[in-house]
Amino acid sequence: MLTNYLYILIFLGIGAVFGLLPMALGYLVSPKNPTKEKLSAYECGFPAFEDARMPFDVRYYLVAILFILFDLETAFLFPWAIVLNKIGWYGFLAMGLFVGLLVVGFIYEFRMRALEWQ
Amino acid sequence: MVEYVQYIETLIWVLIKIFLILIPLILGVAYLMYAERKVVGYMQCRIGPNRVGIWGLLQPIADVIKLLCKEIIIPSVSSRYLFIIAPVLTIAPALAAWAVIPFSPHLVLANINAGLLYLFAMSSLGVYGILVAGWASNSKYAFLGAMRSAAQTISYEIAMGFAFVGVLMASGSLNLQDIVLRQQGGIWHWFWLPLLPLFLVYWISGVAETNRAPFDVAEGESEIVAGFHVEYSGITFAIFFLAEYANMILVSTIAALLFLGGWLSPFEGIPVLGHLFAWVPGIAWLLLKTCCFLFLYLWMRATFPRYRYDQIMRLGWKILIPVTLVWLTVLGLAIEFHLKPWFG
Repeated sequence: MLTNYLYILIFLGIGAVFGLLPMALGYLVSPKNPTKEKLSAYECGFPAFEDARMPFDVRYYLVAILFILFDLETAFLFPWAIVLNKIGWYGFLAMGLFVGLLVVGFIYEFRMRALEWQ
Repeated sequence: MVEYVQYIETLIWVLIKIFLILIPLILGVAYLMYAERKVVGYMQCRIGPNRVGIWGLLQPIADVIKLLCKEIIIPSVSSRYLFIIAPVLTIAPALAAWAVIPFSPHLVLANINAGLLYLFAMSSLGVYGILVAGWASNSKYAFLGAMRSAAQTISYEIAMGFAFVGVLMASGSLNLQDIVLRQQGGIWHWFWLPLLPLFLVYWISGVAETNRAPFDVAEGESEIVAGFHVEYSGITFAIFFLAEYANMILVSTIAALLFLGGWLSPFEGIPVLGHLFAWVPGIAWLLLKTCCFLFLYLWMRATFPRYRYDQIMRLGWKILIPVTLVWLTVLGLAIEFHLKPWFG
């Protein structure tokens, strides 16, 4: 059984090699004559005014936080979903309570316009 | 000593199997690129590439050689190591996900019990490559593209995860082979019918997660040039391209496996047609179903205008997630009441 996971590890390694090998090959066969302008960051023709690592919109951060909440919920739902036909009504109602609480939170977010992107 | 030889032998066998999966996949990617240009071309009343080889069939090979011979530019303001590692971070999970895909009842490299979970994990890992690429480039377009792409990918991942949960409820297993076998009994038993809303949600989020049109704001060429890979040139760019198309094929294959019965014949259980098509190997059906979804990708690209970013977020959070939540409840009730014929 565990050997199957070893296969996956080997596959991941081969996948990385599939990325690195063409790059090494490209490095060998491609021309190399860099100039200062060629190596500057692409903006609009002028030299870049400032560093690109500027402050960014806080909404991206909010989306990430909401994502963690819901992804955790998915993680709880996965094992429950597999055994649902064995645990019957009790399991269904227990998960209903749990998801119900999260749905209340979701409705709150909805009403507070936290999901809006304006 | 004998054990040692045995280990080497198994290792070589595994490597051969991996290459038997990867080489057709890479060829598939190359010709998906060609098919895209042809199909979109004909949809726009052009004829697409037709100069290299008959019907332009050698076009993808010419493209690869050209990209290989182009100078690799590493911008002077970028973080050099991250810049080089980002394409590898994108391609490795996109390829490694294929380890658990069952092509026919016995044709699978790693038949693990957590197959679907593994696929979910691998499709989530792809976002790291994009974020790292956008950050390492130190260019404004790349940075904005990476932020957009990451936020979009994680938003649609929730809806996709809920769609997977629905499949798990219906099949009672994470093993991909079990999921396909659970759909036996003809076209009406495939999960597309009892899970129809989840099927649609899965497909929409699959398209959004691969950043394809109409959800391609992350690389919308009219706004932010090329998004996160704007600073990449030559073969480093080609690797991002390869990963994107490999992901498209992966999303299509998963859709075929989870909702359209994988390698099962669509004529199963139909009196005359069932016998007539009994000789067709399972892998042919799987490939056919995958190709239908791939064509849908190209069709959507040629048909729909690009969404605005706020519309994308609204669709993901306010429509897809509520739809999945409602359908998971309906599905749970259907299973508890042993609704025939699916959950009897």
